[in-house]
Amino acid sequence: MTRARASRLLLAVGGSGAAILMLLALGGLPRLGDVPHPYAERAVPAALSRHTANVISSVNFDQRAFDTMGEEFVLFAAAVAAVLLLRRFHDEEEDAHDLQYGPRDVWSAANLAGFALLAPTMMVGLYVVAHGAVSPGGGFQGGAVLATGLHLAYLAGDYVVLQRLRPVAVFDAAEAVGAAGFVLLGISALFVGDPFLTNWLPTGTLGALASAGMVELFNVAVGMEVASALVLLLAKFLEQALVVRGGGDA
Amino acid sequence: MMAEVVLAVLLAAAAGIGTSVALTRDPTRQALVLSAYGLVLGMLMVALQAPDVALAQIGIGTAVVPLLVVLTVAKVERELSEGREPGDFEEGSDKGSSL
Amino acid sequence: MHEVLGVLPYAVAAWILLVGCYGIATSRSFIHVVVCLSLVQSSTYLMLLMVGWSHHATAPVFADVKPGVPVVDPVVQALTLTDIVVGGAVTALLLALTIQLAKRQGSIDPDRIRSLEEELEE
Repeated sequence: MTRARASRLLLAVGGSGAAILMLLALGGLPRLGDVPHPYAERAVPAALSRHTANVISSVNFDQRAFDTMGEEFVLFAAAVAAVLLLRRFHDEEEDAHDLQYGPRDVWSAANLAGFALLAPTMMVGLYVVAHGAVSPGGGFQGGAVLATGLHLAYLAGDYVVLQRLRPVAVFDAAEAVGAAGFVLLGISALFVGDPFLTNWLPTGTLGALASAGMVELFNVAVGMEVASALVLLLAKFLEQALVVRGGGDA
Repeated sequence: MMAEVVLAVLLAAAAGIGTSVALTRDPTRQALVLSAYGLVLGMLMVALQAPDVALAQIGIGTAVVPLLVVLTVAKVERELSEGREPGDFEEGSDKGSSL
Repeated sequence: MHEVLGVLPYAVAAWILLVGCYGIATSRSFIHVVVCLSLVQSSTYLMLLMVGWSHHATAPVFADVKPGVPVVDPVVQALTLTDIVVGGAVTALLLALTIQLAKRQGSIDPDRIRSLEEELEE
């Protein structure tokens, strides 16, 4: 009990201390909207000079591509580690009693909604990845839409349908290809005599789908990586929650 | 002017729902509150002129993460109800390791 | 009106950070801890985006506005964007660890988890 009380006391002291410091800091902050933006003043002309309409994509995949490569590998490592932790152990067994097999007799509203939304959602996901350089969106967002959208199949059918639609081995490979693709695209600049990750392709006209040069390709690599990583993660969590039964002894 | 009013309302909503995320103790209910918080955060991001970020937030914060939380709750609850009491665990693992 | 808002929006980010920390410290379940941690992380998204926001500026996408129109800071938005997606994957990793904990120790209460050393001593 004393330990619990001590930790409460520590929390109260630390929390109120942090709160007081933050309140003091608030007084020194500029008002909302009155902050100077030295980076924005440079990032926007740089993006426009490379005909990238979406400045955020330009920052992520052109001006700070090296940083994004690091982020991408954090994502890759986290997804691989989670998948590794959630693998089925030898003492755990598969128990698929309550999963559906075969076509169902009755279609519920949720099934219909899932079925109707599946194809449009995947289209939106692909659109968002493809138009990353010209409109809000890109590999990170489109990948998330694609991975989530695929799971409408679970809503439309059942776990078995989802499994058929989503061969885990394929997404395993796609994740690696997406991560490696980003690096290889970066290396491609070396062959034309530019530094690593340079946007060396012709950048086209501002606002056209085939503009912004390498930004478009990096978007596709990241979209593949993010979509596959999220699909793999959801696959492993679904498997653990629905199929795997705990073994006798750990 | 109008933008600031919208911002103020959404900020108040984010602070309120954010507080209830931390104070909701039941993990399943917390996942739902987190999803609602993600949605408010997404709208706030649109109001802050960040459509790219809002799109990612809606995809990840509103859909993927709450879904993972719900699946984890389902798995953990099944594991704890099927599994041994924490006290029995050492005996089981001792037997296993001594073999 | 922005005179009225002043620095209050930053206080919202600070509040969410503190309330998330409170949730973590008083938690009885690691799932709750992980969710509170993602709440704490979301306060940084808010802070970054609010720093980048400015009056009468539009989104930094020149799809339907002409170059030269004032836009909000794209750099902080790019930081936030990657942060959200990577944060989602890290949250998944933490939840996977929680599942392992439930399997190996039969509890996900932070106060009842023993270290590996304690387990070996017994």
